[in-house]
Amino acid sequence: MTGPAPAAGGRTGGFRPVDGFRPSAVQAGRIAYRRRQTVRSVLLAALSTGVLGVLLVVAVTGAPGWERVRTSFFDLGVARESFPAILQGLWLNIRMLVVCAVAALALGLLIAVLRTLRGPVFFPVRAMATGYTYVFRGVPLIIVIYLFAFGVPGLRLRGTPSVLVLGGAAMVITYGAYLAEVFRAGIESVHPSQLAAARSLGLTYRQTMRHVVLPQAVRRVAPPLLNDTVALQKDVGLVSLAGPVDAVRAAQIATAEHFNYTPYIVAAVLFVLLAAPLIAVTDAVTLRAARRQDAGA
Amino acid sequence: MALLSCAGIRKEFGGHVVLDDLSLDVAEHQVVALIGTSGSGKSTLLRCLNLLERVDDGVITLDGEDITDPRADPDRVRRRIGMVFQSYNLFPHMTVLDNIVLAPVRVHSRAPQQARVQAREWLDRLGLADKALSYPDRLSGGQQQRVAIVRALVNEPRLLLLDEVTSALDPELVGEVLSMIRDLKESGMTMVLATHEMGFARQVADRVVFLDGGRVIESGPPERVLGDPEQARTRQFLARIIAAGRL
Repeated sequence: MTGPAPAAGGRTGGFRPVDGFRPSAVQAGRIAYRRRQTVRSVLLAALSTGVLGVLLVVAVTGAPGWERVRTSFFDLGVARESFPAILQGLWLNIRMLVVCAVAALALGLLIAVLRTLRGPVFFPVRAMATGYTYVFRGVPLIIVIYLFAFGVPGLRLRGTPSVLVLGGAAMVITYGAYLAEVFRAGIESVHPSQLAAARSLGLTYRQTMRHVVLPQAVRRVAPPLLNDTVALQKDVGLVSLAGPVDAVRAAQIATAEHFNYTPYIVAAVLFVLLAAPLIAVTDAVTLRAARRQDAGA
Repeated sequence: MALLSCAGIRKEFGGHVVLDDLSLDVAEHQVVALIGTSGSGKSTLLRCLNLLERVDDGVITLDGEDITDPRADPDRVRRRIGMVFQSYNLFPHMTVLDNIVLAPVRVHSRAPQQARVQAREWLDRLGLADKALSYPDRLSGGQQQRVAIVRALVNEPRLLLLDEVTSALDPELVGEVLSMIRDLKESGMTMVLATHEMGFARQVADRVVFLDGGRVIESGPPERVLGDPEQARTRQFLARIIAAGRL
């Protein structure tokens, strides 16, 4: 891409003084030049996008195997037939996502706070919290799911919850470890002068955390937290490894029935649609946080 | 008897001695100005006084109570001491009003309604009534610093510590903060302030203490310490201040 950034060009090019001020000849020349540059960059962007798009379409549809791929991945009839089952599976994903996200956020915050506790009494708590974040950020989620969904029932304890709950617990414990580190980064990013101010007012360590540190920390790490939630949105489907039928498993079943891969495409489109609002919220929150920082907060 | 008394205070950071056998008494209603170059130990002393830093030797007593005793509860000690910082340190996620009422409500168990009324009275007096529900970043530096002073005062401290409270301010905003401190002196508040404003120290302080290398080099009434210092190092320091046009 060439030319100035559209935002900069737009701002100066669109300059309209309110008080009847007439720009000097030099300034008028600059405005005209920037306007020409803006038009030129828009045209260039449109052209390069068009060329790239055409090239992609030609490359894919012109490929020797395109006809086969089209029938086995983009079959409208199969898509229509498999859609209800996949949608039903997706409902499981959505419920899992909501419950797991809330639980993992709560667990992560708890662990992060436990890691900040001071004093010798809390040494075992700190050590356990630290060990937890080390272990569960290292173990692959799939293995944790297997251990929980197949290992725990193997203990034959009375009142063992369903595989779905155990799989969800595996998800929560794995993601809780990541989120704990995000929260901890937020807690550590609050400037020590804020702690000094709070303590000098007579607030206890706990009151300082509760009223001064955590509110600032959570605001600051909201974008990465939401980003992890988007990742969780995809990973909750892994519970199907333990048996329950989620959208991906439903698609797999439909694929086997029709001997056609289109159901996977259907599931993928549904996942993108599910993620879109979450991603939009993340972007909005990130933008707001950046603006607040610009304001000098 | 002195309200605050320091005897033989020592503080080091990583092998560097910041406060060295420092002693200082502050009587009730007295205003003491600490002057000296950056790194002379002014800020460290203030932070030791309200236990934000732990002293490496010596004894600090407040109202006759040894606050450097390890069995003393720092939270209880700090309730009696107010502190104002160079960079204001208001809580950015709270409104001006919430900044002010946080400690009265949470630490001193005042009724929230009553604490808010009192906070608004203060803001009224300072001409900041319309800022009560604003966030600190919408205020000028001078306004923020005056709010920070109110935040300390509403806890009715026995002693107020001011750590270079005008150093981060634009010159035209210094006056409003200094006049507020002058009013505090009138009301009888006991204060220890670290400052670079020699003219202000002369006006408001009952006693000026010149620190260098973590020691008290010279201490006395402002006219004497600033006008006719006995020690060579004090004279050198003041000469540099005059050369910089700050006196």
